[in-house]
Amino acid sequence: MTTSLPFRAGLLSLVILAIFLGAWHIATAGSTPIANIDPEYAKLLGQTATQGKSAMPGPLDVGRALWTHLRDPFYDRGTNDKGIGVQIAWSVARVAAGYGLAILVALPLGFVIGMSALISRALDPFIQIMKPISPLAWMPLALYTIKDSGLSAIFVIFICSLWPMLINTAFGVASVRREWLNVARTLEVGPLRKAFTVILPAAAPTILTGMRISIGIAWLVIVAAEMLVGGTGIGYFVWNEWNNLSITNVIIAILVIGVVGMALDLVLSRLTRLVSYPE
Amino acid sequence: MSMFRNPFSPSRLNRSGCACGQHASLEEHNRFAAEAVDTPAASSDDQISQIVQSAVMRALFPHDESRRLFLKTVGASTALAAISQFFPLATASDVFAQGGPLEKKDLKVGFIPITCATPIIMAHPMGFYEKQGLNVEVVKTAGWAVIRDKTINKEYDAAHMLSPMPLALTVGAGSNPIPYTMPAVENINGQAITLAVKHKDKRDPKSWKGFKFAVPFDYSMHNYLLRYYLAEHGIDPDADVQIRSVPPPEMVANLRADNIDGFLAPDPVNQRAVYDGVGFIHILSKEIWDGHPCCAFAASREFVTTMPNTYKALLKSIIEATAFAQKHENRKQIAEAIAPANYLNQPVTVVEQVLTGTFADGLGAIRKVPDRIAFDPFPWESFAVWILTQMKRWGQIKGDVDYASIARQVFLATETSAVMKEAGLTPPASSTKGFSVMGKPFDPSKPAEYVASFAIRRG
Repeated sequence: MTTSLPFRAGLLSLVILAIFLGAWHIATAGSTPIANIDPEYAKLLGQTATQGKSAMPGPLDVGRALWTHLRDPFYDRGTNDKGIGVQIAWSVARVAAGYGLAILVALPLGFVIGMSALISRALDPFIQIMKPISPLAWMPLALYTIKDSGLSAIFVIFICSLWPMLINTAFGVASVRREWLNVARTLEVGPLRKAFTVILPAAAPTILTGMRISIGIAWLVIVAAEMLVGGTGIGYFVWNEWNNLSITNVIIAILVIGVVGMALDLVLSRLTRLVSYPE
Repeated sequence: MSMFRNPFSPSRLNRSGCACGQHASLEEHNRFAAEAVDTPAASSDDQISQIVQSAVMRALFPHDESRRLFLKTVGASTALAAISQFFPLATASDVFAQGGPLEKKDLKVGFIPITCATPIIMAHPMGFYEKQGLNVEVVKTAGWAVIRDKTINKEYDAAHMLSPMPLALTVGAGSNPIPYTMPAVENINGQAITLAVKHKDKRDPKSWKGFKFAVPFDYSMHNYLLRYYLAEHGIDPDADVQIRSVPPPEMVANLRADNIDGFLAPDPVNQRAVYDGVGFIHILSKEIWDGHPCCAFAASREFVTTMPNTYKALLKSIIEATAFAQKHENRKQIAEAIAPANYLNQPVTVVEQVLTGTFADGLGAIRKVPDRIAFDPFPWESFAVWILTQMKRWGQIKGDVDYASIARQVFLATETSAVMKEAGLTPPASSTKGFSVMGKPFDPSKPAEYVASFAIRRG
């Protein structure tokens, strides 16, 4: 046992993947042609009905379809048929817009809440009530008041990524060590300078953790929101393929959503590592 | 009607010819008349351009004698060519055909991916919108509630709706009252009751107690037809079975998952259930009420009044597309045009079976019903009255209902007949007609008595 741990872990991951794909292949391979079917009639039916083929695609079907999607990810064949790359770009853009707005609101507000016990107590009941509301519950209200489905989707992303950031920022700011604040006070540092040079660096790891939770939630929510409002985005892609009962493409969409979500999370975890400090 | 006479004929006053003066002899006139009957659709455009040419010619040569002399010396076709060199006749004809400048050229029209929307969808790939100078984007939408909200929000200029929806919107059932109009019906017939394959032997509706059914929307013909059908067989649709509203694309998946026992749904959902071997077609909706309306082309009253020219051009393209879709020889071509991912996103064979009416019924037989789906744009006011009676019957609207006036306000029969005439079609003379549903006659002039005549009803 001289090999390193990462190598062994990677090997184990590959074995698990192979077992999973193998089991999937065997489970979906069963195809028993139904006898005594009129060929004229069979022509009008799909393979599921005529050949007893499982409605679930095998890993090979998915791989083949994935290849066709990846080979031409940015095609545009009209309003309702765009490549998977274009759809991902739309979803990421919506998440970026809603998430960006949430940062603009959550960070300053979180600072105020964290620094003032009075405001913290006053706003607490509102935050506690708003926090557990499913972001999609806002959708009908948003559609009715904003009167634009694209903006409504962005609003839903905004509202769902707001709370973790807000609460983490407030908590991070409130729990900056007393000694550091006292040192700042003895040195007669102004309030603005204190906020940027003492509190912000001290609270940054907690804030970034909140942002990382937020981006995860935002990415979960955008898929559901786009399934609801339609038009563009990866959520619409899933809905459109479900409409066609194309399980293969739905599986591909699931894979892609997972990969993009992982990439977003990775970016923020790198950022967190940049601002964290040893005590 | 001198405007309609051919001004390029040098022998206008030559009485030795035929009665209309356009042909050299009576035999020739009759031959042309016979040909004209064969090709009526193409004539509307020709007629317009002829009228414009006539007007231009008369303006250039106001004196009949000098015009005739000019035509006689150079010949009609040379004269036409000569004039079109310095006067763009084609453009003049186009401007006239549009009847005024379009207030808005880039439009968005929402649709639900079902074959009922065929005219709205096919008008895009087949160029019916372009022909009217419109740049229409047809946008696929997830469900009826979303399409309603997006039209209310003015994200869509007009939309594909279920024919009861504009009525429900106008009377404020299920939403705030907003004046809505329905200038054209999309399709008649074209729905079916599909049951899960395991119910193969339960063909008698009396054995359906405890079933779970799906319909596309509460305010849909599907809901009213299914309720009607069940009630006629003694099944109370509220007490004996469960009827849920499920978006059409999710119906087959739900049927496969055994969440529902059957549905009354628009195509291609029924045919898709057969294609995937999960269901069979119990009856076509045409067997409940032959000629019932289903989906509609709808726009807010605001759009109709603030942009009359755009609205008219849009309606004209829809009506022309509807007329094109009604012809059986075009159906295969349409199926190929609307099946791709940009529109219905279904296998071509499924759409083709729906449109041609030669289809597998899911029980091993091939049925041939050419009018399984038909396309007729005329919004009969009596259709609206029937729909309102069913809303009243099932308690969706309360109190006294002024059936006739709501019907007239929403179903724009008069305007539609005008546009139909322009498109070379013959609209019916009256805007109401009687019909019967499952053998029971309906008299549109006595809606309240009709509602009262049902044993199973709410409110």
